Amino acid sequence: MSSQSHNGNHYYVPNPVAYPVIMSAGLLTLATGFIFNINNFAAGKQMMMVGALVIIAMIFKWMGAVISECQNGLYKKWEDKSFRVGMIVFICSEVAFFAAFFGALFFMRVISIPELASYDPQFTMYKDFTDAWPSAGPGGVVLGKEYVAAKFSPMAAWGLPAINTFLLLTSGATVTWAHWGLMKNNRKQLVIGLFLTVALGIAFLLCQAAEYHEAYTEMGLTLGAGAYGASFFMLTGFHGFHVMLGTLMLIVILFRSMKGHFDADHHFGFEGVAWYWHFVDVVWLGLFVFVYWL
Amino acid sequence: MSYTTTANHDEHHDHPTGIMRWLTTTNHKDIGTMYLTFSLIMFLVGGAMILAVRAELFQPGLQLMQPEFYNQLIGVHALVMIFAALMPAATGFANWMLPLQIGAPDMALPRLNNWGFWLLPPAAILLTLPFTLAMFGIGDGAIATGWTFYAPLSIQGGMGVDFAIFSVHLLGISSVLGSINVIVTILNMRTPGMTLMKMPMFAWSWLVTAFLLIATIPVLAGAVTMLLTDRHFGTHFFDAAGGGDPILFQHLFWFFGHPEVYIVLLPIWGFMPQILQTFSRKPMYGYKAQVISLWAIGALALVVWAHHFFTVGMPVPALLYFMYSTMAISLPLAVLFFCWIATIWKGSLSFETPMLFAIGWIVLFGIGGLTGLVLADVAADAQYHHSYFVVAHFHYTLFAGGMMGVMAGVYYWLPKMTGHMFSERLGKLHFWLTAISFNLTFIPQFFLGLAGMPRRIPDYALQFAEFNAISTVAAFVLGLSQLIFVYNIVSCVRGGKKATDRVWEGAEGLEWTLPSPPPYHSFTEQPIVK
Repeated sequence: MSSQSHNGNHYYVPNPVAYPVIMSAGLLTLATGFIFNINNFAAGKQMMMVGALVIIAMIFKWMGAVISECQNGLYKKWEDKSFRVGMIVFICSEVAFFAAFFGALFFMRVISIPELASYDPQFTMYKDFTDAWPSAGPGGVVLGKEYVAAKFSPMAAWGLPAINTFLLLTSGATVTWAHWGLMKNNRKQLVIGLFLTVALGIAFLLCQAAEYHEAYTEMGLTLGAGAYGASFFMLTGFHGFHVMLGTLMLIVILFRSMKGHFDADHHFGFEGVAWYWHFVDVVWLGLFVFVYWL
Repeated sequence: MSYTTTANHDEHHDHPTGIMRWLTTTNHKDIGTMYLTFSLIMFLVGGAMILAVRAELFQPGLQLMQPEFYNQLIGVHALVMIFAALMPAATGFANWMLPLQIGAPDMALPRLNNWGFWLLPPAAILLTLPFTLAMFGIGDGAIATGWTFYAPLSIQGGMGVDFAIFSVHLLGISSVLGSINVIVTILNMRTPGMTLMKMPMFAWSWLVTAFLLIATIPVLAGAVTMLLTDRHFGTHFFDAAGGGDPILFQHLFWFFGHPEVYIVLLPIWGFMPQILQTFSRKPMYGYKAQVISLWAIGALALVVWAHHFFTVGMPVPALLYFMYSTMAISLPLAVLFFCWIATIWKGSLSFETPMLFAIGWIVLFGIGGLTGLVLADVAADAQYHHSYFVVAHFHYTLFAGGMMGVMAGVYYWLPKMTGHMFSERLGKLHFWLTAISFNLTFIPQFFLGLAGMPRRIPDYALQFAEFNAISTVAAFVLGLSQLIFVYNIVSCVRGGKKATDRVWEGAEGLEWTLPSPPPYHSFTEQPIVK
């Protein structure tokens, strides 16, 4: 239909689709269900389930449509460039998202905790609080709720986190190696490289799960452990979530590679995922330095 | 709308009709129409809310509503007007006009475009649903913190805050998708020969807008996420007992919130010089200077945020830095004003409705800008902060600078979009009623603020009664005169004098080379720009 080219230089405009609007309805249901759930109203969990299923189904349909359009040769150089620029801009927005949480971490370390410790003892409720990091804050009654500063041990950098750094950096190398395989049309290298990358991603997630388990059960380090606990879990948690998404995306392109998709000069799907994976990698380096190490 | 009938290649299309056309469309004009319609509807919704507020403020004392409900109305009014009226209007124009102006067949990523729009109605539902739920005894109404979500108030607040948080998340996704689409469209879809420095100003201004959105919207998403975890999952980002700080929220919020002002205004600064040059019948003055100024403002916008809370107790060096950097914005903005005025200087002017709005906009937005300069002064701000002076100031920037700018754009492009001329008589009536009642609404508020009336309080001292009464009466005139606008648009969509391709005598640009209304796919063959 409209997708067929009228002349040599035709841009592919997809036909009308219902996936986006159904996905939005799914998001509305998921969000409303989540709000009901955290405020203890009925039916929250059920609404969340329905919403999540709708979203997942629509992602499958939508991405499936994209893949089949790609395989039918509807995307040429011009469309390809749109996807590339779009992916770069999207990754920039992700950088800004992480910057918010890094900003919160730096603000608490550099401004709020030193300030809380610096007040004249005669005029503060936090007399015995000293400026140190890691810190769970001075404790006290805020908004009518008493908070006793959590006792916890911070996560040491050179245990599991160092191993995780090694895993992610290696996975960055394997995905590049897979890319080289694709460029010289060595399909075996492509598939093995991607397989290794997926395996390393899953290994990273397992290590992080072990780390969280240890933090909660043995170290007293929880989401509620003041400034350190909040920034630690929010930063590593959102990063872990992105690793999970990246791994799912890698699994998709692994299967696509096994089915013979992509070639040396037509593989935006592969590159987009690889860029995303490198981005996740770089965020991790920031985490390792500022959350675990310093 | 009937533009499908004039298209050259429409026999190739087999598009759904009726409601399914709008739900599933991937066409930039359909999506642009939906954005603009949504914006208009939400403009009326947000306006109705604030008229209720003004009615309450007509006299001192509490007559119509409880303070809790009053707080909900002002907060949701602001969120609706900014996120659901002004921003979608700018995105609607981008969808409609960018491909036409740069000679593209459509937006670069049409399916994402559809999703970007269809995230908005769910977001609006989330924002306003708590009002309805409260009627059935579920929760205690919508967000009552003002649009700024300041902690710890927002941590104490009820379920409405959670709804607003998720509403902001959906709006954020929508804005990021829209920005990706605009950036890609501008960078990749320009017709051969149209170099960056030959682009219409509207494309430049939207490029800066999209850059600001990409840099700041995710920070807002992060901030409200921290708010959510502070409320429900035991974190202490904004809680001193845990080592956090409520002021951290203000920093995060205004890192987004200040650029947001420019996000709303920049697209208007893009098309306004185009309107001015059309009705002055001479080329835009200082194209290059305007482009540089737009980028300078975009860059400065990211580093001035703390002037929104000078009184919070920052170290003096920080106050000085934020004061000077804020004032520095007035330099590129002054360049823009100079270029706009120089564009109409010695032109052969005619005063059709879009031009009336454009000229009124320069004057009124100028007042908004100058009162902002006053607020940027740390020493003076201690007096003005959180007073009605601030309310009047940002309504001069966001209603006069924002809404009236949008109206100028609507009148300018409506004949191109619909193929019909609107009623000039009603348009002019709309302009004069709007401009006069707007000033009568907000000039008293400058004086109220200088006299010390605080904002966001439903009751006030007797001494403020007369000015508040004037402001309320004028606000109702302002609100009701928008019905003329709605009537004029609706009758223009339904019919009227046939519009020519060029529509306005002095109009320049690719969008005026297409028929009015343009064919379904704008440029099936890309035009060549010399």
